[in-house]
Amino acid sequence: MYPNDFRYTKDHEWVKVAGDEALVGVTDFAQHQLGDIIYVELPPVGKELAPRQSIGVIESVKSVSDIYAPVSGQVVAVNGELAQTADLINKDPHGQGWIVRIKIKDKAEIEGLLSAGDYEKFLEGLEH
Amino acid sequence: MKTTRFNELHKRLGGKMIEFCGWEMPVEYSGIIPEHMAVRTKAGLFDVSHMGEVLVTGKDALAYVQWLTPNDAAKLLPGQVQYTALMTPESTFVDDMLVYCVGPEEYLLVVNAANVDKDFAWIAGHTKGFEVNVENRSDAYSQVALQGPLAETILQPLTNIDLAGMKSFHWAKGRVVGKDCLVSRTGYTGEDGFEIYTTDPNPGVIWTTLIETGKPLGLLPIGLGARDTLRLESKLMLYGNDISDKTTVLEADLKWIVKLPKGDFLGKPVIEKQLAEGLKRKLVGFEMAEPGIARPHYPVYVNGQRVSEVASGTFSPFLKKAIGLVYLPIEATAVGTEFEIEIRTKRAKARVIPTPFYKRAAKK
Repeated sequence: MYPNDFRYTKDHEWVKVAGDEALVGVTDFAQHQLGDIIYVELPPVGKELAPRQSIGVIESVKSVSDIYAPVSGQVVAVNGELAQTADLINKDPHGQGWIVRIKIKDKAEIEGLLSAGDYEKFLEGLEH
Repeated sequence: MKTTRFNELHKRLGGKMIEFCGWEMPVEYSGIIPEHMAVRTKAGLFDVSHMGEVLVTGKDALAYVQWLTPNDAAKLLPGQVQYTALMTPESTFVDDMLVYCVGPEEYLLVVNAANVDKDFAWIAGHTKGFEVNVENRSDAYSQVALQGPLAETILQPLTNIDLAGMKSFHWAKGRVVGKDCLVSRTGYTGEDGFEIYTTDPNPGVIWTTLIETGKPLGLLPIGLGARDTLRLESKLMLYGNDISDKTTVLEADLKWIVKLPKGDFLGKPVIEKQLAEGLKRKLVGFEMAEPGIARPHYPVYVNGQRVSEVASGTFSPFLKKAIGLVYLPIEATAVGTEFEIEIRTKRAKARVIPTPFYKRAAKK
C-alpha cells in the first residue's frame, strides 16, 4: 500500500526523492479521511518553504485541510491537473495525485521522515 | 456518548462515526458525493434517531400548540404534518420542528437533536393556563428516513400502509417489516420520501431489511455529511446555522409559516412590527462567482463593509458549484447582487441567486 521508496510525515504527506528534488503528495490514508476532494489551493512556483509551513489547502465537500511542507526548499512545480480534477488525489494519491515538486534545501531533513514501515505502524496506532 | 439502536449496524456497514450533539453518528459510509447522488437519483437510508419527540396531550392541546407556534395548527386534520417553529416572544427561534396531528387533543412535536433538552424545558415551561400534559418521548423513539425517487417502490412491499395514497406531509400508523411504526411522507432532502418512527426496542430489522431490499435498486446508507449537502441544496433550514434565537422568522425568509389571522401566539407582535417597518436584513442564497468554497462563519463584506458571516456553505454535489446561505442587509438581497466572502486570506466574489438551489422535477 505505502511505497517503500517514499518517506512520510505524521501529517500524512509523502515525499519521493529524485536527485535534489522531492515530489510531495498526501497519503492514501489522508485522502480517505478527507473524503471527496473538490478543490486544491496550490502555492506559487518559486515560493520558499520552511519545514511544516502550509503549502496549500485541500477542500473536500465537508472539510478544509492544510498541506504542510515535509522539508524546506523551493517550489519548482505544482500539479496543474489538480485545478480541473482535484479528485486525482482520491483516485491515485501516490501517483497522478502528486501536489508539488520541491528543490530540497537540506537533504538531512529527509532522514528525519518516517519510512513506509514506520508510517504504517504510526497508522495502526491511530486506529486504536 | 449516546448511541442509537442502529449503531452497530452503521459500524458493520463501514460508517465513519463522529460525535454529533452528544451522539455517535455516521458522517459518511461510501462518500458524501456518491451518497448525495444516490438520494437524488435512486434512494438513501438515514438513521435520524437522534431527533427529539415531544408528545402533547389534553383538552387544550390545540390551543397550546397554536400559542407556541406561528403556523396554523388548526388547519391540521388527524394524519397531517406541518412544518413550523417554536417561537420566542421576539419571534426568533427556540427551534424549528414538525407537528404531527393525531387529533385535536394529541400532537407529536419532532424537534432537533441539538435542542431536545432546551425545547422540552421551553415547552414544559409554557403550559400555564392550558390543560395539557407534555412528555419527552425522545429516548423511546427510533427514526429512519428513506429518501429518494425510489423510496415508495422500496418501502411499499414492506408495509401494510398504502403509500401511493399518502400525500406529502401526511402520515399513517401501520407495520413496517412487522414492527409498529408511524410513517410520514416528509424529509430533509428535497426528494420524495418517508420518515419512519418506531418505539419498538429492537428496530434493527427495519434498517437491515430496507438496506437489503433497496440495495439492488441503488439505495445507499447515508451519513450526516450528505444529509447536510442535500438539505442545503433544497434550502431547508439548519438550526444553529441558518436560524437561531438571534434571527426572526421573517428575517429567515419563512413568512410562509406565519399565519397571522389564526389568533395570538408568541412572537406575533414583533412579527407585525417587522411587517410594518420592513426588514433590515434577510437570509438569501448565494453562489461563489470566483474559485473557493464558502464555509460557515467566513466573514462577509458588502461594498467593502463587513456585514455578517456565512450561515451555511458547502460544495453542491448535484449542481457542482459552491453555494450557501447568508444574512445580508436588505438593500443587498436582490438576486444578482454581488458581495465578497473572505476565504482564508483572500476575498472572493459571491452572488445572490434564487432559492431553492435545487428543486426536484414534478411527479409525472
